[in-house]
Amino acid sequence: MLIKKPDDIASSEITPEELYTNRRDFLKAAGLLGIAATAGSAAAFTHAAVPGAQGPQLKDELTPFEDVTTYNNYYEFGTDKSEPAENATGLKTKPWTVKVEGLVNKPATYSIEDFIKPSKLEERVYRMRCVEGWSMVIPWQGFPMSDLINRVQPLASAKFIEFQTLFDPKQMPGQRAPILPWPYTEGLRLDEAMHPLAIFAVGLYGKTLLPQNGAPLRTVIPWKYGFKATKSIVRIRFTDTQPKTAWNQATPNEYGFYANVNPTVDHPRWSQATERRIGEFRKRPTLMFNGYADQVGRLYQGLDLRRNY
Amino acid sequence: MASWTPPRWLRPVVFAASLLPAVWVIGAIASDYFNGTRLLGSNPIKEAEHFTGRWVLRFLMFTLAVTPIRQTFGWNWLQKYRRMLGLFAFSYALIHLSIYFVLDLELKWGDLAEDIIKRPYITIGMAAFTMLIPLAITSTAKMVKRLGGKRWAALHRTIYAIVILGTIHFWMAVKRDITDPLIFALIFAVLLGYRVVAWRRRRTAAASRAGNVPPAPRRATA
Repeated sequence: MLIKKPDDIASSEITPEELYTNRRDFLKAAGLLGIAATAGSAAAFTHAAVPGAQGPQLKDELTPFEDVTTYNNYYEFGTDKSEPAENATGLKTKPWTVKVEGLVNKPATYSIEDFIKPSKLEERVYRMRCVEGWSMVIPWQGFPMSDLINRVQPLASAKFIEFQTLFDPKQMPGQRAPILPWPYTEGLRLDEAMHPLAIFAVGLYGKTLLPQNGAPLRTVIPWKYGFKATKSIVRIRFTDTQPKTAWNQATPNEYGFYANVNPTVDHPRWSQATERRIGEFRKRPTLMFNGYADQVGRLYQGLDLRRNY
Repeated sequence: MASWTPPRWLRPVVFAASLLPAVWVIGAIASDYFNGTRLLGSNPIKEAEHFTGRWVLRFLMFTLAVTPIRQTFGWNWLQKYRRMLGLFAFSYALIHLSIYFVLDLELKWGDLAEDIIKRPYITIGMAAFTMLIPLAITSTAKMVKRLGGKRWAALHRTIYAIVILGTIHFWMAVKRDITDPLIFALIFAVLLGYRVVAWRRRRTAAASRAGNVPPAPRRATA
């Protein structure tokens, strides 16, 4: 069932970790280059950053571990980007249970270990585009959502899958204020969730997920804006109605159910045509479906993406 | 009551202190860019925008606080600091706008025009900045003289509208957590409320001097 092409960032494009730790030096050189060229095209930047790179294509380099683990949107732990890393450290992820319920043949409550065990963990290097206009490249460890879905056997009537974050204001101080409708709820159409690019992640950079990144279990849907991911998942529900999702409920005119990365549909308050890759100073163009159009475009044939943002 | 005269070093110290945030943020951007430090975190340009935006509101707050504090405590010497604080508010607005246009929009005039037209919070922010320009230009003693005190004061009362627009701009720019814009809004409400109360008192006083019955218990008619 699993298609053997987990992502479209060729492994040759990915900077090995030794090299990536020197990346700031490359960036420095790149910055100086950019100044020398006065015009300083975005291409000049990233190219100098990848030794030996050629051609006009912008490269996807891994975003440093430090940025991935300190620049986070995880409102349960505070609304500043730095707050999750500060406030989430104490999150108790053991023991952890995940409840699978709704329109399935085999509803179950799993310990996190049992939830993960039947699947083979794989590395997926994905671009992550935040709806706010910045992006990262993150090496995740996880397994396809379809693994779980096949395991629990949804009924024919199941059309959607809903994910829910832990609700525990004692551990999650952000939940003490009604900033978003808690617990954070997200969802996908079942065919979206079955797509081989959609995964459950349990680690990044080869290490167990840190709480600020959604430990112990989160979703990653790389062609959608980051807020479509659900962190620290405790509940998965199969339904026949479209789930009421957190940001869509909070500000429906700004955040839709689909939230597919789309450079041609602006957020009401800013353009989505470009993005700033964390670690780079110049903006780069945002790609349709975050660059995964070839893989996921067929899911949305005939759908008005302007209306279904 | 003999008025206190501040020591001579106070002015340069206030000036230098006001300059510090600007020196820090410009230095930090340069260092993050050229030396690969991470003084401003993972997203330095956004951080610099937010940092300077907050300082604009703070200096507007300081400027508007001068009169109430002076009148309440009789600290008349404070008056001499008002122009400097106002000009710092303008300078921080200029830096804020420059970071947005040069580093964030990368000098793309089309994107700027689109933002101003399509995004109300940018429209409002830009309006507030534009309204600050005449105030900065007419801040000199010469201009006060040229305009005449009354006209000058009338022009500079647009600062009240500017702080309201600035706060709305901040409020609309935050995604969900309105704590910080709310704090600024409350402070400005107090500072503007002080003026409303003072203005009413003056009107009442003027009316009674003229022998009129003040419109005392409000809301008799209309």
